[in-house]
Parts: sequence; C-alpha cells; structure tokens
Amino acid sequence: MPLLLASFGCGLVFGIGLLISGMTDPLKVLGFLDVFGAWDATLAVVMAGAVAVTSIGFSFAKNRGHPLIGELNRWPTRADIDPPLLIGGAVFGLGWGLVGLCPGPALVNLVGFGQPILAFVVAMGVGMSGYDFWQQRSTSRRSVESATAVTDG
Amino acid sequence: MHNFTPLSRLVGGAIIGLAAAMLMVVAGRIAGISGVFAGILSPDTTDRSWRIAFIAGLVTAPLLGAMLGSPLPRPAMPTNLVLVIASGFLVGLGSRMGGGCTSGHGVCGIARLSPRSLIFTAVFMVTAIATVAVMRHVIGG
Repeated sequence: MPLLLASFGCGLVFGIGLLISGMTDPLKVLGFLDVFGAWDATLAVVMAGAVAVTSIGFSFAKNRGHPLIGELNRWPTRADIDPPLLIGGAVFGLGWGLVGLCPGPALVNLVGFGQPILAFVVAMGVGMSGYDFWQQRSTSRRSVESATAVTDG
Repeated sequence: MHNFTPLSRLVGGAIIGLAAAMLMVVAGRIAGISGVFAGILSPDTTDRSWRIAFIAGLVTAPLLGAMLGSPLPRPAMPTNLVLVIASGFLVGLGSRMGGGCTSGHGVCGIARLSPRSLIFTAVFMVTAIATVAVMRHVIGG
C-alpha cells in the first residue's frame, strides 16, 4: 500500500510539472521543435530544470543505496548502443514531431476525452504492445538474449 | 496556466525532476512513462499495481488543476485522424524499441549520464526537428 500511494503521488506531481511546463501543449512543443521557423527555444528550460533536480535526487538515492520502500533501487543496467536504440530514437522523434505529444503529456491530456487524444493514446498502446509482443516472440524463438529488454525508462 | 513564461517552464521542469527523484528515492524506480505504461499493457508484468497507481496519478493531475481553477487541457491536435494515429503508433513503437521516451531517457537517463539515453535523446531531437521542418516548411509551406 505505501508503494501504491507513493507511486500515485509521484505520478500526480509529474503530471502537474508537465502541465505547468507547457509540455502538454502540442503547439508549444512543435514551436520548440520548429528550429527553422518561428523557434521558441524556451522549452529547453524544462529539460534543464528537470535534469538538474533529477540528478540531485538520483545522487542522493545512490548514496543511500536503497529506497524508503523496498530493498533495492532498480537502476537501468544496459549500456550497449544497439541498432534498436538508434532506430527507436528515429521512429520516436518522427512520431513526436508529427503531433507534438510524447507518452507522458498524451496521458495527462487524456482527461479531455476528445476523439483525437483517445485515438493517439490507443495507437500508442498498440505500438508499444505490438513491439513488445513481436520482440518476445522473436527472442523466445531464438532463446538467446532472454527477454531482458530491460527498459531504460 | 495560460501564460507560459520561461519561469513557469523552469518551475514545471523542476517539478518533473522532483517527481522523478522522489520515485527513485522512495520507491527505487525510474520514472519512465513509456516503460511504466507498457508494463501495464504487457501480459507478463508481475508488478502491475504500482504502475497503474503512477499512471492514475498522472491522469489525475489536470483534474486537480481544474479544482484549483485551471481549465482542463484541450490539446490542439491535427484534424486528420490518420496523422494522429500514425503519430501515436510511432511514438509507442519507437519508445519500446529504444527502451524509453522523453522522461526515461530524456530526463532520468541524461541525469544519470547514461550513454544510451544521451544517444537516444540526440537521435529523437534530430528526427523530431526534421519532421517539423518538413511538415511546416516543405509540405505545409
């Protein structure tokens, strides 16, 4: 139960941050990505602020060694640069640039219940599950690298 | 939340960072939205409940804002539904292929100075900028 409350609280704070930062507004995001047009660079500040606070919190978590709830900090372990990382990044950027929504802001916008945002989130879920399913099938067939497609995030 | 200023962006960013830091300090987990969300959808997930709680918090945020007087977000999205679906699909697919998204790689990964995250973020920034350039200035121009 403490884990659920903590997770809910962190999700709530995360969502509030996304709303205040402007990341949930696709037009602001597209303005930030429109480097060759009327470029609005201020969204870079969001990233800078988020990364700065996160690194302070992460170094605290590293020094402490274990979380308040549970025994271990689940740090991502992968360090290899493989083709799926590069192709995935390119595919993700293409999708992000088309509408200006990435997963967090899309979910925060879900409460509006407009048809486009519902369509976006469902399509996003299909893209995620589709890849995971395909990945699992191909790895179990080859039974090499076990499904340690341990995510980075 | 109508007037976005650099200050509100910085504050918003810091709050995002606070949430990511808290999830690690308190629960020992990375606040990567695509990973958390995909875990809910996967049939093999063994730790589904905290993921649902996190996403529920995320979805609740604008409702809390509405109670405090901010209007519910009405994202401006293209009327072309095929474009919207293609965008959502690519965002979902790419995030799973690369193991993260703007939050897991872009914020948490860069904060850890993870080479994978630095590269993933650089690649998606370049293709997103190129996509907007083509959509706005080549096709839409």
